[in-house]
Amino acid sequence: MKKLLALLALACAAPVTAQTVAITGGTVVIGDGSDPIPGGAVVLRNGRVVSAGAGTAVPSGAQIVDATGRWVTPGIVGGFTRLGLVEVGAVDSTNDMAGGDSPFSAGLDISPAVNPRSATITTNRTGGVTRAVVSPATSEGSIFGGQGAIIDLGSDMDAVMRPRAFQFVELGERGAARAGGSRAASHAMLRNALQQAQIYARSPGAYGGRSSDDLLNRLDAQALVQVVTGRVPLLVHVEQARDILEAIRLREDFPRLRLVLVGVSEGWTIADQIAASGVPVIASALNDLPAQFESVAATQSNIGRMRAAGVTVAIGMIDDWDSHSIRYSTQYAGNLVALNRIPGATGVSWGEAFALISSRPAEIMGLGNEIGSLRSGRRADVVIWDGDPLELSSNVEMVMIDGVEQPLTTRQTRLRDRYLQITENPLPEAYDW
Amino acid sequence: MRIGIVVAAFAALAACATTGGGSGSASSSSASEERTSESAFDPDPYPSTYRVYPGRPTVIRNATIYDGEGGRIDNGMVYFAEGRVQAIGASIDIPEGVDVIDGAGLWVTPGVIDIHSHLGNYPTPSVEAHSDGNEATDPNTANVWTEHSVWPQDPGFSRALANGGVTTLNILPGSANLFGGRSVTLRNVPARTMQGMKFPNAPYGLKMACGENPKRVYGARNRSPASRMANIAVARQAWIDAQRYEDQWENYRDNGGTRPARNLQHETLVGVMNGDILVHNHCYRADEMANMIDMAEEFGYSISSFQHAVEAYKIPDLLREHGICSAMWADWWGFKMESYDAVFENIPMVHAGGACAIVHSDDENGIQRLNQEAAKALADGRRAGIQISDEEAWQWLAINPARALGIDEETGSLVTGKRADVVLWNGDPFSVYSRPQMVWIDGALMYDMNDPTRRPISDFELGQPGEGSVR
Repeated sequence: MKKLLALLALACAAPVTAQTVAITGGTVVIGDGSDPIPGGAVVLRNGRVVSAGAGTAVPSGAQIVDATGRWVTPGIVGGFTRLGLVEVGAVDSTNDMAGGDSPFSAGLDISPAVNPRSATITTNRTGGVTRAVVSPATSEGSIFGGQGAIIDLGSDMDAVMRPRAFQFVELGERGAARAGGSRAASHAMLRNALQQAQIYARSPGAYGGRSSDDLLNRLDAQALVQVVTGRVPLLVHVEQARDILEAIRLREDFPRLRLVLVGVSEGWTIADQIAASGVPVIASALNDLPAQFESVAATQSNIGRMRAAGVTVAIGMIDDWDSHSIRYSTQYAGNLVALNRIPGATGVSWGEAFALISSRPAEIMGLGNEIGSLRSGRRADVVIWDGDPLELSSNVEMVMIDGVEQPLTTRQTRLRDRYLQITENPLPEAYDW
Repeated sequence: MRIGIVVAAFAALAACATTGGGSGSASSSSASEERTSESAFDPDPYPSTYRVYPGRPTVIRNATIYDGEGGRIDNGMVYFAEGRVQAIGASIDIPEGVDVIDGAGLWVTPGVIDIHSHLGNYPTPSVEAHSDGNEATDPNTANVWTEHSVWPQDPGFSRALANGGVTTLNILPGSANLFGGRSVTLRNVPARTMQGMKFPNAPYGLKMACGENPKRVYGARNRSPASRMANIAVARQAWIDAQRYEDQWENYRDNGGTRPARNLQHETLVGVMNGDILVHNHCYRADEMANMIDMAEEFGYSISSFQHAVEAYKIPDLLREHGICSAMWADWWGFKMESYDAVFENIPMVHAGGACAIVHSDDENGIQRLNQEAAKALADGRRAGIQISDEEAWQWLAINPARALGIDEETGSLVTGKRADVVLWNGDPFSVYSRPQMVWIDGALMYDMNDPTRRPISDFELGQPGEGSVR
């Protein structure tokens, strides 16, 4: 690893601006669902991908990074995360996932809560994660979490790539609990809020937002105008088949909604209907237990079967280590490949598995032209691995975000190095740093 | 054994099995023996009814075998029949009439053992009505036995079998209390009753906890313990009380008089001090593990395992010296303050430090992928320069948890005479692309990837959407 970094240091120590970099000799993964390309090249310039693949010409004068024996991929895109919002889960002062007692809900904007220096950012970066969909969580009393962001995991203070990129809402069992105890209550809250937003949009100045009849204050209404007019997607957490279908049905009354379904454990049981609706899904990959009654039909074949039916799918990790361990994405994707060898199960191809954690979430969030693949023109988010990136034995050797090489030292690697050799020292370990 | 535990009582108690299974009879041959505390009563009132299911004599050949004790046989053979491993080696005679499985390209390992599971006591669906893992009403509930919470219809058991190759698992009470209660070791076979799963003659465990959980749970109620110092103080008092209890029984045994009242809390702690019940101690921080080790010394008991042991990498020397296993996750971190110093190399660092390392799940999803957890830890260790072979690492899933559970004479490795708990993997079990192909428990085929009828479906799932869907 040190050897490779030394090589790269030449090319990437400074922000790669006008510099052209060619990563050659490695197995190249485009991230668009295609198969890996042995002996491919990736050419980067001005923080963007110029070209990548088998027949890629290496421009003369380019800084060459020899990736022979290694894999070169786009950075992982966390399809549904709470990255950067929580330092220590059970320490409330470091946990900004939900608004708690705030009088606002849909109007909450998660962007200022994202901490680019959080250990969760650095630690997931070392797992090859370069971008993430970051969603607020909901609190008691509202099904709305607020406005989420798309972030990068770069070592700088500009984490938020796109603020207020979507609205997050809970339906299903949790939505029912948040709204007052039933699915009828959650749907009433959602429909009322969207209607209020429409009223607000028609005449913001006249909107009261204070009367108890409105049940939506001005800030929340403003945020939901973006949703009801289709300017930002509405990410809806649902698991059960009926909840999935009821969410899709919202478009009958709010035709401009841009729905994205999150979770969707029982999606495979109604995959044809989801496919026909054209609504994309950010699904949990490995849920295979009836964790709640709403996910009784959960199976690891869910994503494979939805895909086979024509549903647009990405992997997300809602409520599953979503604040700390998006680095599991590669393992999850690999497990879906493993299903191909189990009779009766439905897996995905290797190329598609990688796309589920790169281009697919990017495309679903409307950022497929910017991130998630090594197609020409995309941001130069590149990861070099010492082997198959979905395999458990592989490690990340280098990460670039926007063409800038990223540090891979974390609190954890520092702790590891301090205690790697415990010997009798003249001074305590605290002096070893 | 320290002062306060009367030697004679120890002798009587040590002879008395506090194990599951067995005859279930505790009647002793002499009246005086009956007058000790533990042995005065049936030590096994909820005995195992597990019976070995019928199996076929089977030879697997041409497979890569990890024996679970660090050994590896390439192109190896294993023969099991009558529920037991009959032979294992590079080349063994194939008896007539046995099933022969060609294991070319496949791997054979002993069944995976999870030393820390809440299947059954925190089953899915995870509804409040199923929340039976913590008796969070008192910091000392050494009186409860978690086997009485185990719901054998938890759908998680079948996932652990089919996806994880788990053949034995230890169900622990939760960590809300300093003394959470007794654990129970199960065979991973579907059964109508907990007793039908109970590992015959496995020792009981006692779940203890240190750190954030007990002080948070009781501090929030303005009760002790509300601090780490009270965690220790309250626990010490419990040991002292248990010693006095045993003294009362001892006095009764020697001198007669009024028979002392039974106390289930004290009975469990006395069983620990007598070495019959194994301590599995939930503890994250290095400094707190050191405190627990000292407390064990103070009261003359041993700690079998630290559970979670997130900072074990800081004290492998201490753990090695005291012979304590650490049951760890590969890479869980940051969910609470005491897990903030987690490192992904914890498991290999403990192993490299000469201490006993175990991969555990504490999770109904993680238990389906313990082999993958081990693989990640192994890779992280190698990246840090710790060279451990695959077959050596398999000990984390096999003989090490078996030892910590006191069942290593019975299972945990592929050794002639042991229970035939065998997993045939459809590839390298440390690869993300591999899954169990066949799983035998006591030589009985309980899962077959290629045979849908060898796949259990729990009562809960029967008739539900998705029933029988290949998971």
